[in-house]
Amino acid sequence: MQTIQGKSIQPGIAVGPIRLYDRGGSSPTKLSSLTPQRERDRFLAAKAQAALELRQLQEHACSRLGGDLAAIIQVQSAMLEDPDFLEGVEERIRQGASAEFAALASGEDCADMLLATQDEYLRSRAADARDLARRLAGILSGQEGAPQPPAGILVVQDLSPSEAVGLDSSTLLGLVSCQGSSNSHTAILARAMGIPSLIGVEIDPAWDGLPAVLDGDQGILYLEPDDEIRSAALERQRVLLEQQQRLLAQCGGPCLTKDGRKVELYANVGSPREAWTARANGAQGIGLFRSEYLYLGRRTCPTEEEQFEAYRQTVLAMDGMKVIIRTLDVGADKQAPCLAQESELNPALGYRGIRYSLTHPELFCQQLRAILRAAAFGPIGVMFPMVTSAQEVRAAKEMLEDCRRDLLSKGIEPGPVEIGTMIETPAAVVLADQLAQEVDFFSIGTNDLSQYTLAADRQNPRLAALCDADYTALMRMIRHTVDTAHRFGCRVGLCGEMGADPAMTGALLRLGLDELSVSPPALLSTRECISGIPLAQPSGVH
Amino acid sequence: MKTFPVRVPFSNGLHGRPAMELVHTAQSFESEITIAKGARSAVATRMIALMTLCVKENDTVTVTVSGPDEEAAAAALERFFRQEDPPARARM
Repeated sequence: MQTIQGKSIQPGIAVGPIRLYDRGGSSPTKLSSLTPQRERDRFLAAKAQAALELRQLQEHACSRLGGDLAAIIQVQSAMLEDPDFLEGVEERIRQGASAEFAALASGEDCADMLLATQDEYLRSRAADARDLARRLAGILSGQEGAPQPPAGILVVQDLSPSEAVGLDSSTLLGLVSCQGSSNSHTAILARAMGIPSLIGVEIDPAWDGLPAVLDGDQGILYLEPDDEIRSAALERQRVLLEQQQRLLAQCGGPCLTKDGRKVELYANVGSPREAWTARANGAQGIGLFRSEYLYLGRRTCPTEEEQFEAYRQTVLAMDGMKVIIRTLDVGADKQAPCLAQESELNPALGYRGIRYSLTHPELFCQQLRAILRAAAFGPIGVMFPMVTSAQEVRAAKEMLEDCRRDLLSKGIEPGPVEIGTMIETPAAVVLADQLAQEVDFFSIGTNDLSQYTLAADRQNPRLAALCDADYTALMRMIRHTVDTAHRFGCRVGLCGEMGADPAMTGALLRLGLDELSVSPPALLSTRECISGIPLAQPSGVH
Repeated sequence: MKTFPVRVPFSNGLHGRPAMELVHTAQSFESEITIAKGARSAVATRMIALMTLCVKENDTVTVTVSGPDEEAAAAALERFFRQEDPPARARM
C-alpha cells in the first residue's frame, strides 16, 4: 500500500480504481503540402467548430456547474476571436505552415504573452490559450476529444476548464490532480459536482487501474489500500451517507405548501449521476431528463445501447419514481458536433427540437427505442420539445408506436410510457386544448416560452432587464395553459428556471401547477420555500 | 482624437468578463480605441493584449479614441468605466 499526501479541495471519501486521464494528441508536422489558401479554409472551418463546442460546454457549465466555470469557458471563446491569436495563425499559414501547427504555435505565443505578466490569474489564462489551440489542432487532425475514462478516481496532471466541463460526472468518483489551486477551475468543478478531490500530488502513470481510496477529509490518497484502510473508508462513506440522509429526513415526506396542499417536486437533470443527487435531495421524480447531454461534446453520436444504458440507470436511480425524458432538443444555442447541423440565420427560430427529430427518423427512432426499452425498468414519460401543432405530436406518437412494434417483433419487451409535450412556444399555448387531447401531461419551459412571448433573445445580455421587468405576459400564458390542460384532464408541470426562483414560486403554484421541476441544487431550498407559501391567497395574475 | 483618464472600477481589474465586455463595446465603433497604463498600451479590441496590461481595480488608465464616431465612442467608454450600463448576466 502506498500513502500519498496531497491537499484536499473537496472533502468526502471515494473508493474505486485509479483512471489515468489520457489527453491524447500528437505533434503535427510543421510544413503543409497544401496551399496557404487551403490551410486558411481548414483553419476557419475548425475555428467555427471550436466556437460551437465551446458554446455548448459553456451552456453545459452554466446549467449544471455554475457561473464560474462558464465564465472561464467564455474567455476561451473570446480568445478564439482575438486578433493577436488569429494574426499569429495567419502569419504562419502564409509562411507555409499547416493549420494545426499554426494554431498550436500561435496559442503558445499568446500563452507566453500572458505568462510574461507574472500575474497569477493571467498565468492560468495562459493554460486556456494552449487548451484552445489544442482543441483546434484536435479538430483539424480529426481526433475525437479525449475519450471518457471508465468509472473511477480520475488522476490528471492538470485539467483545462473545457476538459473539466466535458467530463462525465456520472462516472467520476474522485479527482486527483497535480496542478491546480483551491480557486482553480478544477476546484470549482469538484465542488460543483460534490466529488472528493486532491491537488498537489505527483502523478505516476503506473498507478492506472490500481484500487485506491481517496480520503478527501485528510487529503490522502491510498493506493492498493490494505483491508483496514479500505473498510474504514467504506464505513466512513456509510456514516456520511447516513448523516446526509438524516439531514434530508424531512425531505422523505411529501412536499406541502403552508396550507397543506401537495406539490410534486421534481428535478431537471442530464445524467444518471445527477438523478442520484436529485433523489438524495428529495426529488420525487425527474421532471426533465435532458437527453441532448448524451450528444454533448461528441463527434460521433451515442448508440442506441449507450442511450438505453443512460436511461435505464436513471430509472433505476429513481427507484420507482417517474422519469420524464425529453427527446433530443438540439438547435439554436444547443449544437452537437456529431449531428453536423447547418448554420442558420435565426437558430432560435430554426430547425430544432421535434422538427429536427421528425425529419431524422432513424436518429429519432434510435432514441425512442432506447426510451421504450428503458421503460421496462421503471415509469417513464417521453416528452417532445418545441411543439407547435397537434399534428407534430400525432406524427411523433405514430413513430413511437412503430418503434414499439419494431421492438416486439424482435422479441424485446418495451415498457409502457406516458406521453407529454413541452409548452414553450406561443403556438403551443394557444393550441393547448388540442394538445391536451393528444398527451397525458404538459411541461412548461419558461426559459424559451418567455423568449418567444416577449420576442427577446435570452442569450442577449442587453435584454436581461427587459426579460425580468414584468412577468404579466408570461404568467397569462401559463395560466391559460394550466386552465385549458386541466379542463381536459391533462397534468401540467413546469421545468424552466423560474420554478426555482423564490420570488416566483408562490405565484406559479397559485396558477394551479401540478408539478415543479428544478435543478438538483435548488431542491432543498425550493421545498423550504414551498412550505412557507399559503396557496389560498389570490394568484395576482390579471 | 479624444484622450481622457478613467478609473477602473472592476474588482478583478481588466480581466475576464470586463475585458470581454470592453472588447465588445470597442468593436461596435469604427474609431480606433486604445487603453494605456503607464508606458504600455493595447488596442481595445485585442483582449489578450488588454489583459497583459495587468490593470487592477482602482488603477487609472488613459483612453484614446480616434475616428469618425469618436464622440459616441468616448461617451460609451466613459459609461463603461462608470459601470452605468446594466451589467451583463450569465443567462441560460
